[in-house]
Amino acid sequence: MADDKDVLRDVWFGRIPTSFTLNQDEVTEREAEPYYLLLPRVSYLTLVTDKVKKHFLKVMRAEDVEEMWFEYEGTPLKWHYPIGVLFDLHASNTVLPWSITVHFKNFPDSDLLHCPSSSVVEAHFMSSIKEADALKHKSQVVNDMQKKDHKQLWMGLQNDKFDQFWAMNRKLMEYPTEEGGFRYIPFRIYQTMSDRPFIQRLFRPVSPEGNVHTLGDLMKEMDPAALPNDGEPKRYQVVIHGIEPLLETPLQWLSEHLSHPDNFLHICVIPTPTD
Amino acid sequence: MPASRLWVVDVYGRVFSLSTAGQQWEQCRDAQMEFKRVTAAQQCCWGIACDNNVYLNVHASDLPIRYQEETYENQRWNPIGGFSDHLLPSDRWQWSDITGLKHQPLDSFELPSSSWEWEGDWYVDENFEGEPTEKEGWTYAIDFPAFYTKNKKMTSCVRRRRWLRYRRYKDMDTWAKIPSPQMETPDPFSDISCGGWEISEEPRGRLSLWAVSLLGKVWFRVGIYHHNPEGSMWEEVSVPGEVLQISCGPGDLVWAVLWEGQLIVRQGITRDCSKGTSWVEVESPSPDVGATHVAVGINTVWALTKDNKVWFRRGVDSHNPCGLGWISMVGEMITINVGLNDQVFAIGCEDRAVYFRQGVTTSELSGKTWKAISVPRDGDRSHSSASTNSLQSAGCFFSGEVRAQSVVSDVELDTEKVSTDGASCLVTSTSPESVVDAPTDNPDQPIETPKPRIPKVTSDSFISELISDREPAKTLREGGSAGPAVPEEEETLPSEGEVKALSALDAADTSSLSSVATYTLAMEDPYGTDEHPLWAWVSGGGCSVDSHSHLNWFNSVNTSSLVGSVQSMSLSVTSAQTAAWRQQIFEQLTERTKREMDNFKHYEQAIEQSVWVKKGTMQWWRDWKPYKWIDVHFALEQFSGPEGNKDGILFIYYNFYEEKKYLHAFVNELTILVPVLNESKHTFAIYTPERTKQRFPIRLAAATELEMHDWVCMDTSQHSQRKSFYYHRLALLSVSCWDIFVSEPSPALEAMPYPTPCDQMFWRQVGGHLRMVECNTVGIVWGIGYDHTAWVYTGGYGGGFFQGLASSTDNIYTQTDVKSVYIYENQRWNPLEGFTNRGLPTDRYMWSDASGLHECTKTNMKPPSTQWTWVSDWAIDYSVSGGTDKEGWQYAADFPVSYHGRKGKTDFVRRKRWKCKLTTTGPWQEIPPIALSDVTILPCTAQSNVDEVPLWAISNKGDVLCRLGVTALTPAGSSWLHVGTDQPFKSISIGAASQVWAIARDGSAFYRGSVSPQSPAGDCWYHIPSPSKQKLRQVSVGRTSVLTVDENGNLWYRQGVTPSYPQGSSWEHISNNVRKVSVGPLDQVWIIADKVQGSHSLSCGTVCHRLGVQPVEPKGILWDYGIGGGWDHITVRGNSMEPPRVRLPSLTDASAPAPRSPIPFRNMEVNSSAGDS
Repeated sequence: MADDKDVLRDVWFGRIPTSFTLNQDEVTEREAEPYYLLLPRVSYLTLVTDKVKKHFLKVMRAEDVEEMWFEYEGTPLKWHYPIGVLFDLHASNTVLPWSITVHFKNFPDSDLLHCPSSSVVEAHFMSSIKEADALKHKSQVVNDMQKKDHKQLWMGLQNDKFDQFWAMNRKLMEYPTEEGGFRYIPFRIYQTMSDRPFIQRLFRPVSPEGNVHTLGDLMKEMDPAALPNDGEPKRYQVVIHGIEPLLETPLQWLSEHLSHPDNFLHICVIPTPTD
Repeated sequence: MPASRLWVVDVYGRVFSLSTAGQQWEQCRDAQMEFKRVTAAQQCCWGIACDNNVYLNVHASDLPIRYQEETYENQRWNPIGGFSDHLLPSDRWQWSDITGLKHQPLDSFELPSSSWEWEGDWYVDENFEGEPTEKEGWTYAIDFPAFYTKNKKMTSCVRRRRWLRYRRYKDMDTWAKIPSPQMETPDPFSDISCGGWEISEEPRGRLSLWAVSLLGKVWFRVGIYHHNPEGSMWEEVSVPGEVLQISCGPGDLVWAVLWEGQLIVRQGITRDCSKGTSWVEVESPSPDVGATHVAVGINTVWALTKDNKVWFRRGVDSHNPCGLGWISMVGEMITINVGLNDQVFAIGCEDRAVYFRQGVTTSELSGKTWKAISVPRDGDRSHSSASTNSLQSAGCFFSGEVRAQSVVSDVELDTEKVSTDGASCLVTSTSPESVVDAPTDNPDQPIETPKPRIPKVTSDSFISELISDREPAKTLREGGSAGPAVPEEEETLPSEGEVKALSALDAADTSSLSSVATYTLAMEDPYGTDEHPLWAWVSGGGCSVDSHSHLNWFNSVNTSSLVGSVQSMSLSVTSAQTAAWRQQIFEQLTERTKREMDNFKHYEQAIEQSVWVKKGTMQWWRDWKPYKWIDVHFALEQFSGPEGNKDGILFIYYNFYEEKKYLHAFVNELTILVPVLNESKHTFAIYTPERTKQRFPIRLAAATELEMHDWVCMDTSQHSQRKSFYYHRLALLSVSCWDIFVSEPSPALEAMPYPTPCDQMFWRQVGGHLRMVECNTVGIVWGIGYDHTAWVYTGGYGGGFFQGLASSTDNIYTQTDVKSVYIYENQRWNPLEGFTNRGLPTDRYMWSDASGLHECTKTNMKPPSTQWTWVSDWAIDYSVSGGTDKEGWQYAADFPVSYHGRKGKTDFVRRKRWKCKLTTTGPWQEIPPIALSDVTILPCTAQSNVDEVPLWAISNKGDVLCRLGVTALTPAGSSWLHVGTDQPFKSISIGAASQVWAIARDGSAFYRGSVSPQSPAGDCWYHIPSPSKQKLRQVSVGRTSVLTVDENGNLWYRQGVTPSYPQGSSWEHISNNVRKVSVGPLDQVWIIADKVQGSHSLSCGTVCHRLGVQPVEPKGILWDYGIGGGWDHITVRGNSMEPPRVRLPSLTDASAPAPRSPIPFRNMEVNSSAGDS
């Protein structure tokens, strides 16, 4: 069971300083000032940008406003990825604050999902939790929860309530001691240079021989190219929550402590900065 | 875990042992001869050597085995010579025992055997019932047998004095021959088995030892006790036939095997009759094949038959020692043995390896699989290959990696897989069936493994048969797992180079269930066939393991390329390794926070912090009379900032005469939140400064235990500034209802004349479960559990009560403690039937608690919380005050009357005792093996980390001990030094100037002379008379002050203590109703007060602070009351924070800020009407 509160809190309270700039092509009545926010790494863009929207709507005419979306250096940002993942994937190793461009028209339907309200985020978030629990406990834990328990998880995320969230989430992090971990580890590996959105396959925390699987084992199995070859300089960074855990870190522990609130371990493989 | 040992004998009669913490068989070097059999207990090991004599090996301990011999010198006064040894003819002997009936002059005492030595010469005891006598130690009386006094009077016609001499058992850690007069045992012994240490509450050392002679007779060794480890004599026990082998469990089970193959079970073994009364026969497990071997534990019986099959007896317990029926188990064994905790060890029939039965728990006594113990012997060439060493240091998880070294049990790996998939678990590496059962579920199994390596011929036809009809890969694996195959491989031992190539090849094969390890093995064992350990006998009676123990016995060479990562992967790797990756993550996260947030703190938060309200219902102990639990609604409103720092208000809504009212408490003002044990409710008490003053906390009962723990955690995390939460200085510690709380002192705490009032101190829970804790100013903290286990604080926080969220991962260990729960069986006498459980209608429940008010039956008793689990069955408790009869009954005239042990009148009550064991986690680490009853640490100031800190303790037997090697860096110290005393002690304390004071069990005080850093144990005890007519109970020594508490709750101050005369001159009374005192390094005085008026049972045990203590007034002036609520223990010895100097105003003002009346009773307005709404 997740039992390292220091780490859990650091993960939860991770913030990315962001400056939102209105896209120059948008029609405004007067010049829009950039808007600065500390975004929770574990939350979702469309969940925490009401203020941004309000800020820019002040300078826009209602008829020019369609669904808001975000873009960073030409890449539309998928709101259904956690903010921290978007940042690590696209903008890590750049100068802070993270400069996001805000659009109100030309919604890129091919790249992004529509998100008309926060209930869509909630549905997405809850389905991720359920999917993760299907992998971890054959859905037994999440199915045993009541509606209000599900609500507590969501409200915890929405209102940034660490204790509220973890009071419930800890149940999702339990497992029978004799099994040494979850059934499968819910993880997603994102690569910037790949066409696939992410890698997600079945992977157990413990090998059939009883060995504990590590982050290194997972990467070796899923994305061997991400691991450095002997003698060669490291080409890729394996980043979770903006840090590079040691490859020998046990995967089960990572899953318990470094998963996002959606209970998935989101792993970004990004090129090592050359400078 | 104390390093206990598994004992084995190899086929050559050499004795080896394996520590539960160790990784190699250590040969018992001092055994001058070969042994046939050994039988171990935790403190000793018995054996039969090849000379047919019985030998005893008592394990060395820091506590010596000593025995006090005593004799009395009697004299009578006559007018001519005064007192002389001329006695009247009708008088007792001049030298006699205490009764005078037995003649025992000094020279009649002889050492019982050559294993004993005298500690010194005879000397006169100058202590009489806690009082020092005149120099010669005489006590006077009018006549023999009479009442003695220490003062000589006109009427004193006789006198006597006591002479003492100690003898000590010296043959520790060597095999000492047990003298065996020919008369006792006409024919030599062939089997031996010890056990029975759990049938009585005698201290460790009492054993039942059973032996079988070659002619099939059974013998019982009488009189084995702690003070007499050798026992006194052999007594023959008649048996219905010739016995082949016998087994005695830790409890009351004794089984034996007859030559004809049946088994016999000893009946009637009880606390009073460890020998039992009769035998009952049990048929052999298999009608055709007789039993050859039996092994019993507490609730388990295993047997072997002539065909080496293993059998488990179903339904065995102390009520039914014969059990119900046999179950056939897998495996072929030649010897089997049950150790502690019903764990099972056996020696394989084919390979002569020692197997451990994995997965034996109290609910599943038959376990799951056999697992071969595979560690090198200390004589073997060291396995110096890097992989071996690193793997061994990795400390593999017990149930995880299994690589046999001499016997590669790859099947185990399959077993693991099988069991995780929920299929049959009864698969072993030795049993042929298991191979059939084991699925070959891995298609890319090492089919490509080189075929020439298959051992084609083995010495065992069975194995070859097996090989011939298995597919090659499987065959190879089987060949590897069966021991006898190994010698065959020796013949085809590949050259060094080949092996390397092979390893490399295998290394490439990452899917590896491969068994090429066998060949590496062959390389690593250079001694050839006869050096392969072939075991003949195993005894686990001294081996404290259970199914959760982490053992390093199963590690071995692993040739796969995963070796490197295996070591760092295992979740149970050593804490240092854990720290490496965990530390790295934590550091990176901190760095990330700095990088991404430090410069942007002025940015707006994306999510506005709102109020989180938690609402629900609880029960509340109403503030007004009549007090009772009422249902209330509560609302906890919490506001939290971006960093998670919080504040909140707790509202409790209730109805008062149809009127809605509420009371509230600010979360930041809560000083402590304590769980209060209550049989039926999950209750806790909330204190605020105001509530503490009123001595009436808010008492609430949550619906579930989990909810209650959530509350307790909630509060704890409220106050904790994260990361500064580590208590480097546990200054003020209290123990309540077994939970440990700490308050961090401020300089103002001891300020003169305005100290911080006690009721404003914040308390936090530390985690763990202890009866008492002691600490000093450099942060050394020791604790003692209810079962007298000693623990040292590791510097972490959290553990069980934090529910896994609010604690640190490092330094948290499993902690266990034992608590006894008592229920009473009540019976009433009637003329027709005698005593029956039919009471009068007005009577109490026939099964009740001590008060008789609550019904408590054996079945409806629940452990106090889910942290507790029962560890024993109900058993009659004979150690009840007032005494009991043989069956445990206590008699009384009517129910609520004092009970006595012999039937006189009409009614009786008997009590049964159930022990329950708590398993929790906490930042405490056990210090084995000596059980303690008290401990004290020098409350030093300003010392370096490496200076040794004097630490004294008292064992639960009353021995005084001095711990060596205790420093701030190594708070656990290294070993005990025994300090001799004439009688058992019960309390000890060391002051800042190394002044050691102690209280003996008879209530007298002692001062230890000449204790200094050079002579840490001092030189001799000075007897200090106790206050008149009072027996002292506890002592605490601060910088200079010496305070004691007596049995009647009086607190005494030692007057006249000066550096040149440290013993002081007299006792001065300070206060009464004191339960415990703690004097700190500033001479500050804190107590746990008894019977402070307040809210019922809660106020029992209130923390109080003595105000006005200063050099000119070391006794202080009055008490300041702190938190109440069942506190048992306090120590302030970690607080040496000097108060800020303030100019003293006049003394009359001094009492103004804390207007409190002295202990014990304080008139206070308990809010008898509505609460503070």
